[in-house]
Amino acid sequence: MDAFSQLLNGFAVALTPMNLLWCLVGTTLGTAIGVLPGLGPALSIALLLPITFKVEPTAAFILFAGIYYGAMYGGSTTSILLNTPGESATIVTALEGNKMARNGRAGAALATAAIGSFVAGMIGTLGITFLAPVVVDWALRFGPADYFSLMVFAFVTVSAVLGSSAVRGLATLFFGIWLGLIGVDLQTGQARFTFGLAELLDGINVIVVAVGLFAVGETLYVASRYRLGKDEIIPVSGSLWMTSEEWRRSWKPWLRGAAIGFPIGAMPAGGAEIPTFLSYYIEKKLSTKPEEFGKGAIEGVAGPEAANNASAAGVLVPMLTLGLPTSATAAIMLSAFRATASIPGHCCCSRSRTWSGA
Amino acid sequence: MTTTGDSAEGATARSRPAIGEAIIGAGVLALAIVMFWQAMSIPVSPIYAKVGPTVVPMMTAAALGLLGILLLIDAWQGGWQTEEEKAVTPDRAALLWVVAGLVLNVALIGSAGFTIASTILFVCVARGFGSNNTVRDAVIGAAFALIAYFGFATTLGINIGSGLVESALERLIGVEGG
Repeated sequence: MDAFSQLLNGFAVALTPMNLLWCLVGTTLGTAIGVLPGLGPALSIALLLPITFKVEPTAAFILFAGIYYGAMYGGSTTSILLNTPGESATIVTALEGNKMARNGRAGAALATAAIGSFVAGMIGTLGITFLAPVVVDWALRFGPADYFSLMVFAFVTVSAVLGSSAVRGLATLFFGIWLGLIGVDLQTGQARFTFGLAELLDGINVIVVAVGLFAVGETLYVASRYRLGKDEIIPVSGSLWMTSEEWRRSWKPWLRGAAIGFPIGAMPAGGAEIPTFLSYYIEKKLSTKPEEFGKGAIEGVAGPEAANNASAAGVLVPMLTLGLPTSATAAIMLSAFRATASIPGHCCCSRSRTWSGA
Repeated sequence: MTTTGDSAEGATARSRPAIGEAIIGAGVLALAIVMFWQAMSIPVSPIYAKVGPTVVPMMTAAALGLLGILLLIDAWQGGWQTEEEKAVTPDRAALLWVVAGLVLNVALIGSAGFTIASTILFVCVARGFGSNNTVRDAVIGAAFALIAYFGFATTLGINIGSGLVESALERLIGVEGG
């Protein structure tokens, strides 16, 4: 009952007109960002971080979560129509989605992605509501040693195992530690790596690092290569509505995608890419028409799209309860809440954004 | 950020040494050496005998040193870029325009103010991305910069770098910025 009353309380907070407006702004912005290749949710949230100085943390969190969810969905649009995934988590969607668009079923592909994202977002949000208090109870029994081990575990797995090279992942991890070391040591008050510059005594702000990494880095990358890209837009043709057969083939992948995405997203080393690959693989195995895969099977869009949205909800579980970011976007959001000193406890407010999330 | 990159790397592993990757490896190694040197100079109070302010820096420096060597070995064996990445010749002129914009922005934001510095940055980046209409870019850039400046100044109360243009406009419309 406790979780239920907290849930209702959360809805009461989230459903105020102002918060719903933030939510709408967030999801609209997020979808737009997801559609634009090269602009990711991590970068957008990094650029919007100053907003946390003025807007109350709940509203800011709703805005950020809206951007995150919206981007997860928006990325599918470019995957389907351009064969250019806007987000790494929508790479799989391009496999079948673009084929569907070429077959004149772009409308159905977009629809199954949208409805699947919505369904999975709802399931994932319910998951947060019931899972988060359990994890919090468990986390409250943690001592400093446990926290330290969990942090080390999460960061090493994220950087070393999930990328394509352990050496490069770890090199960036230690480079990040070095950036964090700059400034005054909180334990002993000694200045470290400041090279005698007073400006460095306060350390390097995480916002500066985030904008440098995601905005400046991405700009330089795109500027040096954009002339070489060739995008081909497939016009949306055929009926926008899904046929009854497409509905029948979609609902099971949605549920399975959500069931895969949420737990993996919630793991300390999860992320959104792996569940989409897993979901695609499972749908291919379970499909009654496996020969359609590679030629535009709707299951191959519905499953991965549900998986990436559910994993977005899952990623919020370790972030809100343990303070562990498992994706770049979660790391930026976490830094925002470090700044306002209100990390846990806001999870009950986080759930409304899925209402307009799809 | 795909997890399928390993197979492509395996295929390129035995080609000639890669210069770009070698620079990254050497940079990491150089950083490790600088870190050692700087960590040595952190004064340690005798009270903190065991875990003092130099322990983590030393560990990080050692790890970066080792990883720098591993990256250099990787670069020697052909680097980690996939074949299609290697085939791309970066657009150096575009890169120069973007970098020039950034450098000018940093150099000017203190003296000239946010709007002027940002407009120059906008024009340079637009030029880097292939725009030739400098006047139009400057107008768009200035509009965005002014919206951002007054957005921050009026709603958040944060001064993000006022200069000649900003103070003139503030006097004109009577807004108290920052």
